[in-house]
This record gives sequence, structure tokens and C-alpha cells, in this order.
Amino acid sequence: MKAKVHVTLKNGVLDPQGKAIGNALTGLGFAGVSGVRQGKYIEIELDERDAAKARATVEKMCKTLLANTVIENYRIDLDA
Amino acid sequence: MKSAIVVFPGTNRERDMALALRRATGRDPAIVWHSGEALPKVDLIVLPGGFAHGDYLRCGAMAAHSPIMAEVKKRADRGVTVLAVCNGFQAACEAGMLPGVLMPNVCLQFVCRDVHLRVERSVRPFTGRYNAGTVIRVPVAHHDGNYYADKETLDRLEGEGRVIFRYSAPDGTLGDAHNPNGSARHIAGVVNAKGNVLGMMPHPEDLVDPVMGGTDGLGLFQGLAESLAA
Repeated sequence: MKAKVHVTLKNGVLDPQGKAIGNALTGLGFAGVSGVRQGKYIEIELDERDAAKARATVEKMCKTLLANTVIENYRIDLDA
Repeated sequence: MKSAIVVFPGTNRERDMALALRRATGRDPAIVWHSGEALPKVDLIVLPGGFAHGDYLRCGAMAAHSPIMAEVKKRADRGVTVLAVCNGFQAACEAGMLPGVLMPNVCLQFVCRDVHLRVERSVRPFTGRYNAGTVIRVPVAHHDGNYYADKETLDRLEGEGRVIFRYSAPDGTLGDAHNPNGSARHIAGVVNAKGNVLGMMPHPEDLVDPVMGGTDGLGLFQGLAESLAA
């Protein structure tokens, strides 16, 4: 089973990198960019076949290491 | 005072730190590798600067889970003094030893220059040698020194007198122009609730001898030596 984890900054947390990307896009002539937020995407191959168990494990991975929940949210998608 | 400096793969400021500690205490600190080596019984544990584990994932995130960190946390809980500088501060936050997190500098650049710090509180074991309100000059060298915590946490830190250093002008004035990284409320250094763990982004260890261009950082190490004298 594959877990796909998206780690994003919480709303309200300043994202200088996202801002710089937004400025660059505008500078390149892409009109109408009103905001950019950037984050991380992590794929994890798991031996676990049970979706509920896999989700619980990845949840724990997120809380322990993959995301810093002071500033980041995470979303887990599972592919069988 | 006996001290130990923890070294992770990618740490690079342990020698500067050792020099400062030797200068203040007359003794060499133990240099302890992050895995497989026992942490000796010491009065002060230092998490130094560098790029532990390549700063992968987030600065300090990997170091926070290094084998030695469980023991560092345990000692800190028991009251052993911990000084966490720069990358060490990032690791201490990631390990939950200090509140908040260090985010990328607002300017998105690596900032390497001298800054001024206003000593907010004169407290043992860290800043007893400085008077509150004193401004010292020390270097910073980091890309991720932008201190962030939510409003409630920041209010609590201020209310409990746990903000120890703030970035300021040479005369102590606060303002965005004197804040090298965008840190919330110009915070450069904070302590934990017990007051025995200090995290700070600037490098006091790099201004402890006239040949370095100044000695403003020496007071921190002399204060530690005085407070933690065996």
C-alpha cells in the first residue's frame, strides 16, 4: 500500500517561499495570481494491507516526524 | 563546571563552542557523538550550531530524533542546564524541549552578520552576568531563524518572563529594521518553563576573545561557569 502525505503550512502562518513563488509567477507574466502556498509531498510504501491500520501508522508518522504540527497540517491519502 | 557538546552528522560549530567553554571554565568539554556514545555526567549540555543531518525535512527535525536526544531530554527534565544555539535551538524546538519553531528567514536568504541583542532578563544560569537592558553584539549565521509560535504561546512566554534575548538596535530600540529574520516579537532567545534550557539563534560563542572582534558573548559562558560551578 502506498501512502501519499501532503504537508502544508497552517492558515495564518507566514510562507515567505510561497510569497516568493507568487512574485516570480507574476514577474513571468502570469496574471491573476492572488496567492501561493507551498508545502511538501511525501510518498511512503507500506507493507501493511489493512487501510485502517496503515492510516493509523502514517498518522503517527506525521505527528512524530513528517509534520511539525506547530505550523503544519497534513493530509493522508492511501492507494491500495 | 563540566560540560558536554553533542555532535550530529553535519554539526560544524562544536569547536567554536568548545573554545568558548574552555575560555570560561578552563576545562575542555566532552565532545559526544549523537549515536552509540553515552552522555557523561555533566552540569551543562550544549546543542551546537551546524546543519545536523543536512537539515533534511525541517531544520533540526532529524536531530530531534537522534538516539542521544532522549537522554538529553531526560537530563533537562531533571534540571540539567542545556544551551541550544542556532541549529541546536532548531533541534530543541523540534524535540519539544522549547516551544515554537524556527521558520525560514522572511528575506529567504542566509543571513551571516553581527546583530545586536537586548538582554531582556538577567537570570541564572544564563544571563546573570549581564544587566537587563544591556545590548550585546554577536553574530548570526542561519537561513531558518525566524521564530514562530502562536499568539497564546508568545503571550505566555512574555508573561512568564521567558524571552531572554531580542534583536534590537545598538541602543536597544526594537524594530523590523533590526530583526534579521522576521522573528515574532523580535525574539532571539527563549527559555523553557523551568528556566534550565535556553535556545537562541545568535552565536555568543563566536565573540569571546578580542581576536574575534569582541567579547560580548563571553558573559554568557562566564555566567554559566559561575552558576554551575561544581
